[in-house]
Amino acid sequence: MSLPALKLHPEFAPTPAKPVTPAAILPMPRKSVSAGRVAQTLREAAANLLPPLITLIAVLLIWQLAAGDAAGGLPSPSRIWMESHDLILNPFFDHGGTDKGLFWHTLTSLRRVAVGFGLAAVVGIALGMLVGSSKLAHRSLDPIFQVLRTIPPLAWLPISLAALHEANPSALFVIFITAIWPIVINTAVGVRNIPQDYRNVGRVLRLSPIEHLFTILLPAATPYIFTGLRIGVGMSWLAIIASEMLLGGVGVGFFIWDQYNASRISDIVVALVWVGLVGFALDRFIALVGHIVSRGTAAN
Amino acid sequence: MSKSYLSIENLCVSFRSGSKVSEVLRGVDLQIDRGEFVSIIGHSGCGKSTMLNVVAGLLPVSTGAVILDGEAVERPGPERAVVFQNHSLLPWLTAYENVRLGVDKVFRATKSRAERHEWTLHNLALVQMTHAKDKKPHEISGGMKQRVGLARALAMEPKVLLLDEPFGALDALTRANLQDSVMEIHAQLKNTVLMITHDVDEAVLLSDRIVMMTNGPAASVGEIAHVDLARPRNRIAVDATPAYIQARHAVIEFLYARHAAVRAAA
Repeated sequence: MSLPALKLHPEFAPTPAKPVTPAAILPMPRKSVSAGRVAQTLREAAANLLPPLITLIAVLLIWQLAAGDAAGGLPSPSRIWMESHDLILNPFFDHGGTDKGLFWHTLTSLRRVAVGFGLAAVVGIALGMLVGSSKLAHRSLDPIFQVLRTIPPLAWLPISLAALHEANPSALFVIFITAIWPIVINTAVGVRNIPQDYRNVGRVLRLSPIEHLFTILLPAATPYIFTGLRIGVGMSWLAIIASEMLLGGVGVGFFIWDQYNASRISDIVVALVWVGLVGFALDRFIALVGHIVSRGTAAN
Repeated sequence: MSKSYLSIENLCVSFRSGSKVSEVLRGVDLQIDRGEFVSIIGHSGCGKSTMLNVVAGLLPVSTGAVILDGEAVERPGPERAVVFQNHSLLPWLTAYENVRLGVDKVFRATKSRAERHEWTLHNLALVQMTHAKDKKPHEISGGMKQRVGLARALAMEPKVLLLDEPFGALDALTRANLQDSVMEIHAQLKNTVLMITHDVDEAVLLSDRIVMMTNGPAASVGEIAHVDLARPRNRIAVDATPAYIQARHAVIEFLYARHAAVRAAA
């Protein structure tokens, strides 16, 4: 259709292409495609990594300038490095007693989280299933849950110490009671939101209650369950650090309190960064498990 | 009366919400023979979906009865497999696994593992979905999802196949394709089919009889049109035949002249 127009306006006619042998052309796109792909990946990585890196450097610079080098008060980044680089570079030392590297403290804290959070996950999912599928259970349990879930983690500590007498079970209980509510509530919402169509499919197939649980209920609620688990694991990490400060012994929370009593503020800053990184890793870990278990349907 | 294969006898269905009782169906009588393809057509809100759900056993009968092959329908079951309007495939399972779920449930005792695998593949092939057997529902088109839904229902070897506006959400070309597939499968397997539709051409093309429902509330069977077209039917060949035009006219006349959706009175 455009050919006559080109004839009328010879100035717009395309200049005849230079004769190029196909052999000269073929290898070209292949090379440029693979090189382009590498460059593309690099560019994407840079686009993702550069902004937070620049922000970090800017924050450190401002901090350095604002803190100065006066004795006492908040130490500057350079002073933290001077005073605490042992702690940063070697998290694995163990001089006996509570004088251990951050790795060992973290391990203790993580072990507590694993037990407390694991229990909360099992009990929470079961309770959530019950509350989500039975109207009676919802009516009788939900108001109580709504009140209990607003109690701050540390408020549970004195009563659990009084009831359980020992530090370790008390810490586990605090984690458990903190992490369970988001798991229960999200699981219940997930079960309640299962489309009627999926239930009808189950009814037409005459699935038994057990089959219904494993083929319809659990898979359909999985994305919701993992939302609850992610919130729960974050909250249990908050709870353990706080309760260890009061309980003493080993653990990252205790380490922070211990350094405060020894006026080693630099070590506290290092421990805080460490706590943040571990919390971040926990969250990503649960998200990853959710992604695998739900076969890609859970949000990342 | 109850000599026929599927018999709906003086069926009344009403729902209670609080103190208010709303009657959806009143005194519905319908007899369907083995191998017959029957469509139910009517304006929206006439209770045609309710009727299908009662036959499926998903809704309870208030009075009257639904009798299939000599047995009263009381609950859902695979001998009355449903193809739902919105496919209702489980999104975490592949097409194969969705069909296999039903196959495993129905034939656990009677077929070996290898036979169930073969049967699942056979039914996917029947709806021409072998190529997408390992795809998840969100990876395939709406028409393909309905095909898998149809395979899932067929694989249960139902006594009666219930289609709940199965092509309602599809575009016209995809719908025509699926209608042709359903006709082929019906010719091959001779299933008894009860289909809900709001598409006059679809009803005439596919059905042996078209059941026209009066307007709700308290709807019942208004008229039944016979479609005297020989099978196999070809959509182009039958389009201009007197039998097709006559059946089509009967349905349109019923729907738009005598039982037009009453707005003022409703």
